[in-house]
Amino acid sequence: MTTATEAGAPVVAPPPPADGHAIATHGLTKRFRGGQVAVADLDLAVPQGSVFGFLGPNGSGKTTTIRMLLGLISPTSGSHTLLGVPMPDGWATALPKVGSLIEGPAFHPHLSGEANLRRCDAADRTADPRTSRRRIGDALERVGLTAAAGKRYKAYSLGMKQRLGIAASLLRHRELLILDEPTNGLDPQGTREVRTLIREIAADGTTVFVSSHLLAEIEQVCTHVAVMRTGRLVAQGSLDDLRAGTGVRIRVDTPDTGAARGVLTGLGLTDVRGSDDEVSAELGGLPPERACAELVGVGVAVRGLAVVRPSLEDMFVELTGEGFDVDG
Amino acid sequence: MSTADTSHSTAEVDRETDRPAIAEAAEVPPPEAARPVMTAAPAGSALGLRLFGSELGLVFRRRRNQALLTLLGAVPVMVGIALKLSTPRPDDGGPRLVSQVTGNGVFLTVGALFFVLPLILPLAISVVSGDSIAGEAGIGTLRYLLAVPAGRTRLLLVKYAVSVTFCVAAVTTLTATALVTGLLLFPVGPVTLLSGSTVSLGAGMVRLLLVAAYIAAGVATLAAIGLAVSTVTDSPIAAITTTAVLPVFSQVIDAVPQLRAVHPYLFTHWWYSYDDLLRAPIVTDHLTRGLLTFLAYTLVFGSLAWARFTSKDVTC
Repeated sequence: MTTATEAGAPVVAPPPPADGHAIATHGLTKRFRGGQVAVADLDLAVPQGSVFGFLGPNGSGKTTTIRMLLGLISPTSGSHTLLGVPMPDGWATALPKVGSLIEGPAFHPHLSGEANLRRCDAADRTADPRTSRRRIGDALERVGLTAAAGKRYKAYSLGMKQRLGIAASLLRHRELLILDEPTNGLDPQGTREVRTLIREIAADGTTVFVSSHLLAEIEQVCTHVAVMRTGRLVAQGSLDDLRAGTGVRIRVDTPDTGAARGVLTGLGLTDVRGSDDEVSAELGGLPPERACAELVGVGVAVRGLAVVRPSLEDMFVELTGEGFDVDG
Repeated sequence: MSTADTSHSTAEVDRETDRPAIAEAAEVPPPEAARPVMTAAPAGSALGLRLFGSELGLVFRRRRNQALLTLLGAVPVMVGIALKLSTPRPDDGGPRLVSQVTGNGVFLTVGALFFVLPLILPLAISVVSGDSIAGEAGIGTLRYLLAVPAGRTRLLLVKYAVSVTFCVAAVTTLTATALVTGLLLFPVGPVTLLSGSTVSLGAGMVRLLLVAAYIAAGVATLAAIGLAVSTVTDSPIAAITTTAVLPVFSQVIDAVPQLRAVHPYLFTHWWYSYDDLLRAPIVTDHLTRGLLTFLAYTLVFGSLAWARFTSKDVTC
């Protein structure tokens, strides 16, 4: 019953000085009626002004989390704030400043794209009807739908529908944009455009919270990421911090794997692994040229030597298991 | 506010006429682009008038609902023509209504309302009210309306108001076409009431409008029932069917004499009390009980809808 709060007076007081977080959740948990735990004990901290990538395979609880953030479903336990305002009680204060795309676009099929946006705007009691027309035009232009504004929604392609969904989230200036899988159904060109759009929006000072099951699609625009797996948060932080946490490895291509292992271990390197014709180890602080000299010095036939920095993609796959598999 | 709303709805009507996309695109950048973005929204927005206007447009421009209104409007025309062609004799034992209509065209209104009241009219109301929330849930727009945020209580009230407006529109359409058809096909004159006394044509018309208003109030009960049903399912078809079956079920129970004890608690039981308005003087006991029953049903089902909708997890 926690969402049954709107009968109370809307929160009139200005939002308490945010602790610098556009979204903060504390132990947010959702257990569905069947007993299935979709999200467990989630502590998200989305810094204001960040572009926050919310990653995880399909079924890892991303959409359930977003629905809880927006007050569409009530958490079984835990709490959260949006733009410093406690939710769900502060929905009337917080939500007008939040634009969202939730689990794909949804509009009335027999209305035109523009008429659909007009309907969204009419539902927002804090939006000024006198500027409605211009704001709708701007939003359509921003996503490149101006030419198709009068077309019925049911005649839109998947990519156009997705664009209209994004346009709806941009009907007003937002302090926070929550985009659930915004690149779904878009071709590579469309995906690039969405990334550019996210960059522009973030440049205006809007915090962007963007979920995806494909790291590669949003990696380039994110400043922060969180990674979900089966409803739990497995990593969170700035991209630089997460990259720093992943070990740089040295890889030696050689037929003398036994000798090479010995040398690397002798140098104090950890996590030494090998196959038939290559050996690798975590480099730590050791200069790679020292390892090379040492290897050659003891007569290991070095065919190739490389310093490997695991990509965020590798890290993502490692954290989430199979990457593309649907988790329980 | 009213100016803004007028231009708003005019624009929406234009949109429906399938003009080429180029023409639409050309009108996007308006000259007043320099206005400030966030001026205080007019008070009407807070009351939901703008949303109400938008929802009204959605319901009344929908082909399905237009077809329902057309069907309701066609009933008195069909009945009128059938009666005109059948050249009834006053003493052939047919329903009294038939001779009344052919004797005075004004009675076609009552006749037509009598024909649509058991099924067609409730069905039309069920379609709109059952679809109100479940329809949005079914296509997924509900989550966006709530995220905007439209506000759950406000959205529910607006949806209810639109359903009630549709009830009034349905009864008005039927009454208006019945009056016109009656005036065109049959003689019209002073109205002989059920109690035997005769009143002037004007007074008779007032009685007819009261009948229509009472029937509208009766079927508007379904708007609240449909709204409640609509909050428990994400399938509009399930909500519409359930809402449409309820008055039929209620009338079946009302027809079983052994269940006489429950009859006064059935909302459909009081739908037919409108004939008390056609007596002189008007007998008010049943009418009052009827109106109170409609009100009680509306309050109960409205509360159920509110309790359910404001606590519901929107997962569609």
